[in-house]
Amino acid sequence: MVAFVARRFLYVVPVLLAVSLLTFLIASLLPGDLAYVILGDQATPENLAALRRDMGLDQPLWWRYLSWLGHVLQGDLGRSFRTGQTVLQAVAERIPVSIELMLLAEFIGLLIGVPLAIACAARAGGAFDRFMTGSAFGMLSMPSFLTAILLIYLFAVELHWLPATGYVPFTEEPLGNLRFFVLPALTLALAEWPGIMRVLRSDMIATLQEDYIALAKAKGLKPSRILFVHALKPSSLTLVTVTGINIGRLLGGTLIVESIFALPGIGRLLVGAIYTRDLVILQGVVLLVACGFVIVNFIVDMLYAVLDPRIRHGHA
Amino acid sequence: MSAPLLTIEDVAVELPTPRGNLRAVDHVDLSLDAGRTLGIVGESGCGKTMLSRAVLQLLPKKAKLTGRVMFDGQDLVRLDAERLRRLRGRDLAVVFQDPMTSLNPVLTIGTQLMETIQEHLELDASAAKARSIELLAAVGIPAPEQRLAQYPHQCSGGMRQRIAIAIALSCEPKLLIADEPTTALDVTIQAQILDLLAREQRRRHMAMIIITHDLGVVAGRADELAVMYAGRVVERAPTPALFKRMHMPYTEALLAAIPKLETAPHTPLPAISGRPPDPTRPLKGCSFAPRCRYAAGRCHEAKPELKSAEMPGHLYACFHPIQMSERTDA
Repeated sequence: MVAFVARRFLYVVPVLLAVSLLTFLIASLLPGDLAYVILGDQATPENLAALRRDMGLDQPLWWRYLSWLGHVLQGDLGRSFRTGQTVLQAVAERIPVSIELMLLAEFIGLLIGVPLAIACAARAGGAFDRFMTGSAFGMLSMPSFLTAILLIYLFAVELHWLPATGYVPFTEEPLGNLRFFVLPALTLALAEWPGIMRVLRSDMIATLQEDYIALAKAKGLKPSRILFVHALKPSSLTLVTVTGINIGRLLGGTLIVESIFALPGIGRLLVGAIYTRDLVILQGVVLLVACGFVIVNFIVDMLYAVLDPRIRHGHA
Repeated sequence: MSAPLLTIEDVAVELPTPRGNLRAVDHVDLSLDAGRTLGIVGESGCGKTMLSRAVLQLLPKKAKLTGRVMFDGQDLVRLDAERLRRLRGRDLAVVFQDPMTSLNPVLTIGTQLMETIQEHLELDASAAKARSIELLAAVGIPAPEQRLAQYPHQCSGGMRQRIAIAIALSCEPKLLIADEPTTALDVTIQAQILDLLAREQRRRHMAMIIITHDLGVVAGRADELAVMYAGRVVERAPTPALFKRMHMPYTEALLAAIPKLETAPHTPLPAISGRPPDPTRPLKGCSFAPRCRYAAGRCHEAKPELKSAEMPGHLYACFHPIQMSERTDA
């Protein structure tokens, strides 16, 4: 198992390096002169040149990458030239919001998707299965801004059950905090469950054709045990992958949902950085989010081994 | 005499296919007494596995089953799901062909053994564990205690089939159906597995159905044999009677297709030429007629019914049974 973890981790290092290079290039290749952005159109050419020299912008690209990477490896992702905040501070401030949103959304999505998938697979081709597969397809094609607006209209405007926008930290007011998160998390979850359901449903249907399921029936096991113990675990590898990708994606915040519900998460930080051309923040946040994504997927790889003993023992 | 343990009465199985209905099992009657062994022999696609699935009520959802399967006084075809579930694994057990796919890859061997025991017998976890160890030892698994925590992929094919047999035996079934139990195994392991099944059968006094394409597998092990072709039983007899004097040309051809030690090297095997008829298009006459070297006019016109031979209990379905005089020891 230790060897397995170490082997998988070796793959992660080059991926992270590639990620850092790409993030750096994206930020550097954006049109517009950073010095010009900072100083504005009143700046003299001398001032611009001086600032470029100070920031190292006159150095060749590879040198700038290596010096930036050197700083990054020492934990210095730079400082916003607008707010003076370091990237790490800005992210540390926002990330709890995005993580909470991600966890709630994923939890609700699984809560809806997994039981539906099992119910559909147990009677594949039946009326319920066909209805749910159709509904999932419909939900999948619904953009989140539309879901968000519909949910706000129903639960905030009409029923007055939940606040439409806003945020209080969990530490100050736990219940109030959760109330603010219900609608955004539900918006995301409504986009997540169709994928979860479809993936798990089709894997379950395939698993239920296996010989070992026929044997489980021949052993006289209860249908619930066959579904949940014999069929669910071997069917959940793709589900874990999809969940991992979703988590990685939501970790970076969701630009649209966070903006609509006025949640101060990573997504809003990114939107702000893009509007104000705060390239240091943009570059740093994208790098951190990408790293988070890679690490979540590394954890997913580890989960495969937990789910399937053949991977653990290097047989598959 | 008491009623047989298992009676298959007029069982037919039809599977809908895009090319029309496929008659996998065509009105079969068979019976088996407690403690006895029945061998069902036939080539691939003859319906022997479908027949066993019909007994187990494990047919594909779309399959249409007619007839009765009386087991221990109950008709399995009409039994409700819950009572059937209580019967399966307890009184009615099965060993499938391929032990590589019949054990769940993500559950430990211990879990797969103990769940059956705990489902049907009122044993707590430690008693179920003790029984599992006992069973693994009985089927010849060394160090059974360590095996409990292992997964199927950590065992060899022969080992897995022994584990599958241990699972089948776990609740002392009255009937064990072994569906090609050695086909997926190395030749060297086959005899061991068959001997194990025979030994445990005698010890536990259970009835057994061995399904195989290899007459040699059941020759010395079954009390009675049923030869199937194109979904029908074409010859049925106590094993010694069948080998002494087979009537059905198909049975003869099956026997001839077994390689023998005494034949000279490089002698071609007398394989049965041609293929079984398309089961979606039943023939008017005998299903074997197109491949039979004894076939004559009538064979293509009408289906021969099972009729009794001189020996008691020997039935065959043929218009031109092999006579002793013309029997060629091919």
